[in-house]
Amino acid sequence: MTFVDWISAPVNWVFTIIGLVVIFSGFRVVTSRNIVHAALYLVGALGGTAGLFLMLSAEFVAWVLVLVYIGAVIVLFLFGIMITRAPTGLDESLNSDHTALPALLASGFFLMMSWASIDAFGTQVIDSTGEPVPTEIIGESLFGRFVIPFEVVSFVLLAALIGGITLARRDLSPAEEEERSAV
Amino acid sequence: MIESITNLFSNFWVSLAGKLLLVATMVPVIGMLLGFAEMKLSAKMQSRVGPYFAGGRWGWAQLIADGVKFFQKEDLIPEDADRPVFKAAPILVMVGTVSLFLVIPFGPGLIFEDLSVGIFYALAISSVGTIGVLMAGWSSANKYSLMGGLRAAGQLIAYELPLVLAVVGSVIMAGTMSMSGIVEAQISAGFPFVLVQFVGFGIFMIAALAELARIPFDMPIAESELVMGYVTEYSGFRFLFFFLAEFANMFTLSAIAATLFLGGYWLPFVAESTLEFTGPLILIGKVFLLTFTMIWFRWTFPRLREDQLQTLAWKLLIPLALANIAVTATLKVVF
Repeated sequence: MTFVDWISAPVNWVFTIIGLVVIFSGFRVVTSRNIVHAALYLVGALGGTAGLFLMLSAEFVAWVLVLVYIGAVIVLFLFGIMITRAPTGLDESLNSDHTALPALLASGFFLMMSWASIDAFGTQVIDSTGEPVPTEIIGESLFGRFVIPFEVVSFVLLAALIGGITLARRDLSPAEEEERSAV
Repeated sequence: MIESITNLFSNFWVSLAGKLLLVATMVPVIGMLLGFAEMKLSAKMQSRVGPYFAGGRWGWAQLIADGVKFFQKEDLIPEDADRPVFKAAPILVMVGTVSLFLVIPFGPGLIFEDLSVGIFYALAISSVGTIGVLMAGWSSANKYSLMGGLRAAGQLIAYELPLVLAVVGSVIMAGTMSMSGIVEAQISAGFPFVLVQFVGFGIFMIAALAELARIPFDMPIAESELVMGYVTEYSGFRFLFFFLAEFANMFTLSAIAATLFLGGYWLPFVAESTLEFTGPLILIGKVFLLTFTMIWFRWTFPRLREDQLQTLAWKLLIPLALANIAVTATLKVVF
């Protein structure tokens, strides 16, 4: 495919724009000096990712991303930040001197993922005709072929949930117990 | 003539512009209608007269006058506010509201975009508004705003779950997540799903009230405690955005409830061939019935306490919704 072919297809334009938004937001998540801004840039990165899934006709996955990550996880992030401390200015303590190792790790991971996807799919073009993948197919493969991984994941999540409650819970002393029951 | 108009609208960009224009007019019109209904009904329920002078009879122009007033107001931004976030917040809230109109079926084929995951899209996109509320609360640099934003976030997270889970019963019965598919399933079943899914309908309406932050769930903007919560610092046009989004959200959530549980644009005993014309009227009639109930609740019930609100969501509504899903799925397999 020549460059002219590539540039004349509108879908590539959309892809480039969304990709740039995701890269920019992702970059600002780690460089922003304001922790709330970082969380809001993460919304941009996740929204862009949802857009990429939409371009691949994976409608359900895209909206799951919006519902779970933007609607719940980021809201919990923001909630947690605001309930502990919520500075509206810049926070210099967010700036870390340890940048070399994380940068190395991140680029190593990026290279590994790129190599893995190129090795697996090569020049194979994804045939996105614009028809969304029916949710039935996702449901059937999730509860048919992948039912054991699905159950394992839900079991791990349940364990994490119970662990979280146990760690956060503080048992009341007898005096406090009495005080509470008196109310 | 008609053919050339049809041809014109088959162009993607023209039809997109037409749809955008339609939604952009619907939101303020609905906001004004419901706002006026709220004023008049609250007056009726409190033995007052309500708006009386603007525009002559019944004070019908009151909301137009209010709109003009908001346009004239100064656009104030607090000194310490985080300006970009402060400005973006009302827009994000509005986007969450306007995007919901996309999947509401007003009649057979009368839908902006019939997504195959329609109801799931609606639930996902409505959660985006929560971020806008949190942004508004935090960026105002005001204690009351921050408290309001925090309360709103806690409340919206808690009631997102029953809202999503209440919908599942109808989806299982219809066997599709497309909004118009759910209405068609009710037509072919011959009864609105509320007759079987009354538990789901009740949970959905309670959770919708909480999502809207209306009494009895209005702690995020409790005026006796928090001034106006996360909208305290907003004035003029930006305030109008929050105001319109609230009323438009009342409309869209009622329309989704009507579509999922009350048969949408369909009524028994109305000939199916006339639905293209009567459909929108039937749907809007059902929506007004539901919004009337919401307004009625607002002027009848006292405000819940924060812990009562959380207890209601986590200990009553979510287990009930899960039980409803289990029963519905079992019955679906059995019959």
